[in-house]
Amino acid sequence: MKIIDTLIITNSIEELCKEANYILNPKVTALIEEASKKETSSIGQEVFSQILLNTNISRKKRIPLCQDTGIVIVFIEIGQGVLLKGLPLEDAVNLGVRRAYTASFFRNSMVKDPIGKRINTLDNTPSIIHTKIIPGEKINISVMVKGFGSENATSLKMFPPTIDKKEVENFLLETVKEKGANACPPLFIGIGIGGTADYAIQLSKEALLSLEPMDEWEMYLLESVNKLRIGPAGLGGDITSVYLKVKTFPTHIAGLPIAINLNCHVLRVRSLVIE
Amino acid sequence: MSREYYLNLPLTEEERTSLKAGDKAFISGKVYGMRDQAHKKLIEIIEGKGKLPINLLNSTIFYVGPTPPKPGEKVGAIGPTTSARMDPFTPLLISNGMKVMIGKGRRSKEVIEAIKIYKAIYLVTPGGISAYLSQFVDDIRLVAFPELGPEAIYKLILNRFPTFVGIDTGGNNL
Repeated sequence: MKIIDTLIITNSIEELCKEANYILNPKVTALIEEASKKETSSIGQEVFSQILLNTNISRKKRIPLCQDTGIVIVFIEIGQGVLLKGLPLEDAVNLGVRRAYTASFFRNSMVKDPIGKRINTLDNTPSIIHTKIIPGEKINISVMVKGFGSENATSLKMFPPTIDKKEVENFLLETVKEKGANACPPLFIGIGIGGTADYAIQLSKEALLSLEPMDEWEMYLLESVNKLRIGPAGLGGDITSVYLKVKTFPTHIAGLPIAINLNCHVLRVRSLVIE
Repeated sequence: MSREYYLNLPLTEEERTSLKAGDKAFISGKVYGMRDQAHKKLIEIIEGKGKLPINLLNSTIFYVGPTPPKPGEKVGAIGPTTSARMDPFTPLLISNGMKVMIGKGRRSKEVIEAIKIYKAIYLVTPGGISAYLSQFVDDIRLVAFPELGPEAIYKLILNRFPTFVGIDTGGNNL
């Protein structure tokens, strides 16, 4: 058994939030740079160069990559051999978010009483926390800072169990056609397939956490999205999306939940391991 | 081939009609920064025939909710939010004198119709490049609805702020 103070989790969350908002994940930068070479429209090329300039200015001057410093989504995997001491886990996570957002002058975007007075909580808490117990004695933490321009573009559909891959593609294309331009393309697209309605949506977010190489079907779907020619910033062009990842989970014989998560080009994901 | 214009606000009708979808427009001057809740409040005031806290005549509205400036800095990260959410409120603002909008993404048919009737114009700038765009904003000040925090109405002074013409006065869409 290993004893870990949740203060370490607080500090980690604080660092991950700052890093996510100031320094684009190198894998994200690499995917954007690679895609920018294939863009042929002049406006599209210009948008790509603005995106890459933005990355440099943000890192050097410590100005957030986007003014929507997002809702903080935290994925924590805790080894079952770990005993946590100190603040309760959720309080520890929210303390880290509060510290990062107030000390760095990020925008506080969270409001309570959402269908009533919509009062700003003034520290960007609470965050959305997904916890999972895993074997071992480590804690894996991933933070996804998500702007709502892209979160509003999320789609879920409960399909019958008899559909084939072509219908997944059609649903994807419909979603991107309808909502892609508003979600700040070039997009990172996560697709969650299986589980339940809520779990498919969670999968569609988890799909974008580690940015592993795409498989053949994912590359095919990406190409298909790019044929829509929505282009960078939605102003037309070859590159509507730079990366697409599918994450699946077993589901019920009677259905097939499919969730599509359109993430903006500023995919702010950061991870670390506490050992 | 897109053309480039450097323009000072407020834009004259002649300047607005000369801009065509796809042109690049570098904008300088005063704009109001506002988003969802401020739109809702302005509409309530207009419908209740109350006194507006800002002058809409020939105004420019930038759909924005900036990060607060750090101590010693004039501005924080600044960039557009999704314009479509303002669509239900926009035709009434246009009919009350607002002429230029800066935002990101698509607009509704009703907004495009109002743009054509009143010779207004919609400028777009990419989202998610707010550190870059902050270089083209000289000043930002709170104007109205301070209780709304980042959703209040701000006055921003733009300085050669880069945009593309998204929807021109003829309703042509980029």
